Amino acid sequence: MRGSGPESDIVISSRIRLARNLAEFPFIRRCASQDRKSIEKMVHDRLQAIPGFNTLYYLRVDELAHVDRQFLTERQLISREHAEAEGARSVAIDNDERLSVMINEEDHLRIQVMKSGLDLTSAWNQINEVDDQLESKLSYAFHERLGYLTACPTNVGTGMRVSVMLHLPALVITNQIEKVFRSLQKINLAVRGLYGEGSQAMGDFYQISNQITLGKSEEELIGQVSGVVPMIIEYERKARDFLITQNREDLHDKISRAYGILCTAQTISSEETMHLLSSVRMGVNLGLIDDLAISDINKLFVETQPAHLQKLRGNELDTAGRNIERALYLRRYLQDRGKEHRDERN
Amino acid sequence: MKCQQCEKPATFHITELTGEKPHELHLCEQCAQTYLSQNPSGGMPIQPSLAGMLHQQLKVTDTAKELAKLDEQACPICGITFYEFRNQGRLGCPHDYTCFGSELDPLIVNIHGDNIHAGKHPKHHRQTSQQQTQLIQLHNDMKVAIEKEDYERASQIRDEIRKIEEGQE
Repeated sequence: MRGSGPESDIVISSRIRLARNLAEFPFIRRCASQDRKSIEKMVHDRLQAIPGFNTLYYLRVDELAHVDRQFLTERQLISREHAEAEGARSVAIDNDERLSVMINEEDHLRIQVMKSGLDLTSAWNQINEVDDQLESKLSYAFHERLGYLTACPTNVGTGMRVSVMLHLPALVITNQIEKVFRSLQKINLAVRGLYGEGSQAMGDFYQISNQITLGKSEEELIGQVSGVVPMIIEYERKARDFLITQNREDLHDKISRAYGILCTAQTISSEETMHLLSSVRMGVNLGLIDDLAISDINKLFVETQPAHLQKLRGNELDTAGRNIERALYLRRYLQDRGKEHRDERN
Repeated sequence: MKCQQCEKPATFHITELTGEKPHELHLCEQCAQTYLSQNPSGGMPIQPSLAGMLHQQLKVTDTAKELAKLDEQACPICGITFYEFRNQGRLGCPHDYTCFGSELDPLIVNIHGDNIHAGKHPKHHRQTSQQQTQLIQLHNDMKVAIEKEDYERASQIRDEIRKIEEGQE
């Protein structure tokens, strides 16, 4: 979410994950607690033996405090399921938080690479390389006809999920988003909210991903997603153009009010923050707000989440406390950034 | 169990796997047939591919008796029954793909529109599916031997595992 990379005004991030299982163990749901420990240790030991992998941060998720697990979820380094599961499980993360390897999630291994903007090719090159290196040290469960075997038949074959996170506020305002969803479903692509499966779309963020994983090569699956994204980007840009030419005053007013609330609120919920930041993000993109950058907004989206605020504050906070802390954080950040921009202009 | 649509006993139990979470349907024969003939987009919040999958499932399991028999089938390696898989939507071990092959195959075709992998293969792929199954079995046996404190047997098994793992280098 660095606000860099191709098409980063609309595409937040590109992500690819691979599901892999070890040949010599049952799938996670059928693993005894001793099996989970053995898998965790085996993968950890073998990761250490791969050149370049011994510098990964290695965290035992089951030994972390709740707030730390939530923090990793908010940074999309582990899934919600991984944060909330039981038994031995861990995650290995690289220095720039682009690569993460979850151990003992729904599958023994869930390898994930995330890039800022629309950059699926480099995400694939990296994850393919990581997968090859892991596979040189581990025996994967692989079937001659069905490919990589996974705990759920919906992932069998390539075990690959290609996702692109898009910010589509203008398609939401112009009521065209449903139409886009329907056409995506027809070509076997899934649309989900910010945190993947089962989550609601918040702040007009939508994740588009492949639904099928078997019968097509990895390159074909990536091609399917990356082929459709430029079309959605164009629809969103057209909708933004339409709004700004037909309804400039209303749009400017809505965005300015959103910015005003974020700059002055004394207590604010996570949901309202997402909603308002979404408007401000579009405002920055359309040149209606000129003292913030897209990267500022992306940073605020991440850092105003509950676990981030509590880590920043250094102690646990209840909902009311978090809402006050969030408003304080937003006021300070936006005032400082605004001042810097005014100073730069003078 | 009663049908979700009426008061009759439910004889069709289907697990939908294409949505965000496994989705269960329990219907009597009549309601299942009515449901199948409906337009998939009308009324119920189900993904479009469900009707196709239901049809396949129904073809596989025409009667409650057959379904009950199928549900009792268990994998000899991990012990999971087909019933457990239908309920949880998750398999127990890699061997289930072979063991429940005839039931899973139509399901896989319905989910993916295909049942032949066209993607990458592991470069160092060492074992056949059969050898992989053997490895899980040997690991299980070793666990039992250790629990029984039969360390001689455990070390024999460890050698067998090594032989399979190294034999295909």
